[in-house]
Amino acid sequence: MNMNRRDALALGAGAAAFALTGLAGGQAFASAEDVDKKLMEIAGGSMPEMGKVMLATPEIAENGNTVPVSVSVESAMAGGDMVESITLYADGNPNPEVVTFHFTALSGAAQANTRMRLAKTQNVVAVAKMADGSTYMDKKQVKVTIGGCGG
Amino acid sequence: MASKPRVKVPKKAAPGEVITIKTLINHKMESGQRKDGDGNLIPRMIINKFTAEFNGQPVFSADMHGAISANPYMEFTAKVEQSGTFKFTWVDDEGSVYTTESEITVG
Amino acid sequence: MRKALMLSAFGAVLAAGLAGYAGAEPVDEKLVIDGEIEMITKAPAPEGHPFDEVLSGWLFRTVETRALEADTFQNPGMLRVEEGEAIWNTVEGTEGKSCASCHGEAADSMKDIGAHYPKWDPDAARPINIELQINKCRTERMGAEAYKFDKGGQKPLTAYIKHQSLGTPVAIDLSKGEMQSWWDKGKELYYTRFGQLNLSCASCHELNSGKFIRADHLSQGQVNGFPTYRLKQADLVSLHNRFRGCIRDTRAEFPAAFSDELMALEVYVTWRGSGLSVETPAVRQ
Repeated sequence: MNMNRRDALALGAGAAAFALTGLAGGQAFASAEDVDKKLMEIAGGSMPEMGKVMLATPEIAENGNTVPVSVSVESAMAGGDMVESITLYADGNPNPEVVTFHFTALSGAAQANTRMRLAKTQNVVAVAKMADGSTYMDKKQVKVTIGGCGG
Repeated sequence: MASKPRVKVPKKAAPGEVITIKTLINHKMESGQRKDGDGNLIPRMIINKFTAEFNGQPVFSADMHGAISANPYMEFTAKVEQSGTFKFTWVDDEGSVYTTESEITVG
Repeated sequence: MRKALMLSAFGAVLAAGLAGYAGAEPVDEKLVIDGEIEMITKAPAPEGHPFDEVLSGWLFRTVETRALEADTFQNPGMLRVEEGEAIWNTVEGTEGKSCASCHGEAADSMKDIGAHYPKWDPDAARPINIELQINKCRTERMGAEAYKFDKGGQKPLTAYIKHQSLGTPVAIDLSKGEMQSWWDKGKELYYTRFGQLNLSCASCHELNSGKFIRADHLSQGQVNGFPTYRLKQADLVSLHNRFRGCIRDTRAEFPAAFSDELMALEVYVTWRGSGLSVETPAVRQ
C-alpha cells in the first residue's frame, strides 16, 4: 500500500482538473511542434526565416486573460516591398491560432497591436508573409503567472 | 452588445501621413474553452473578423480566434491621401455585424 | 522613423517594467490619465492609520496593467462606464423618469460625489454606498425596481457615477449619525481572522503589503478604484463582490452583499484610503 488517501485525492483532483481543460481533439494544449508544422505549411516546406518581424510581448504577464502584443515589419508597403499578412500563434494554448492581420498599401505600415489570452507560460510566434511569397518569423516567451488568491 | 464600439481616429492629417487608429469593442469573446456550472462546454461566440475601410477601399483587417481577449482591442495604421470616411466593421460567430464610421480631413 | 520610435518606446516601457517588477517595491511613478488628470496615488495617511503613507493598488501592478488605466480610450472598464451613461439617460419605472430627469448632466451633478461615499443615511439608519443610493432613488423616486446585487445596471451605473469623481481625493465624513461606530465595527472585522486559512484582511494587506503571494504583488487593499476592471474576469468587479471573494478565499462563509458586516467594512476600508484619488474604473489584475 504505497498511496495514502491524501495522494489518491490529489491525483483525483489533478485528473479532474486536467479533464476540465475540456478540449475536443484528444490533446490538452498545443505544442511547439504543432506550431512548427503550421509555420512550415505557410512557408511552403521549410521554416520561415528568423528576422524582419519584430514581436513585442511582456516578459511576464500579470494575468493571462489580457496580454498586450505588438508586431511589426519594416516595410515601405509599396511596390515590391509589401507585407501581406502577419499571423500570431501561441504554442501552449488549447488552440494555437491567435489572429491574422491583413495589410494593404493603404495600411501605410505593417504594424498592429492587440491583446490576447495565454493559458500558461509559452512562446508567442509571429509569421509575416510578404507579397513575393517569402516568410519571416519572430518568437518570444511570455511567462504567465498564477495569482495569489485573486478571488 | 451593450455599448457602441470606440474608435480613435485623428480628425486631421497631412496628405500621405501614416496615422494610428485605435479601436475597442465590448464583446465577451467566449472562447469555447470554458465550462458552465454543469460541466458543459460553453459554445464559442467571438468576434471573428474586423475590417477597416477608407472611402470604400480596404485598409486593414484581422481574422480573430478565441485567444483574443474579451473587449477586443485593435491598433493599426492607415495612410491617408485625401479626406474621407473610415468605416469599421466587426462580425461575430452568430453573424451579428457592428459598424461605426469616422471622418478625417486631409490637406 | 515613426515605426522605430513606437517600437523603441514599447521596448523602453517593457524594460522599465522589468526593472520595476524585479523588486518587491511598488513603483514610484505618476499616474496621469490621458496626459491631463493628475492622480494622487500616494498620500499621507490619516491620523490613527497604521501606515504613514497610503498607496494606490495601481503602483503594485505591472507596466502593461498600469498603462491600460492611464488611457481612458484603452481602459476596457470605460466601455462599461459608457453603458452606465446610457442607463443614466434611460427612462425607467412608473414615474417616467431617468436619472437625468432629476440630476441633469452627471458631469455636473455627480462631480466629486463618489469621493464622499459611503455616507450616513438617516432614513435607513445605516451607511449608504453608491449602489444602495441608486436603488433608493429607483424605488422611492422612479417607481422602478431595485437592482439585485451585481445585476442589471448596478455595476455600469455605479462606475459611471463614481467616474465623475475621477481624480478627487477620497474623503468620507465619520462625524454624521453613527458612522463612527460602523467604522469601529469595520475595523474590528478588518483585523478578524476568517476561515480555514485563518487570514484577516490585515494578514495580507497590512502585514505583507508589498510582498508577493505566489505571483500576486500584494497591495494595501485600497478601494478607491472600485468598481474595478479586473483582467481576471475581463469585466468590472464591484467592491462587495471583491470583499466576498477575498473572504471566500480564506475558505470561510462570506457575508451577503450590503450586509451590516460588509457595509461596516466598506466604511472602514474606504477611510484607510483617504486622500487617494478616485480611480474608477481602475484596472487591476
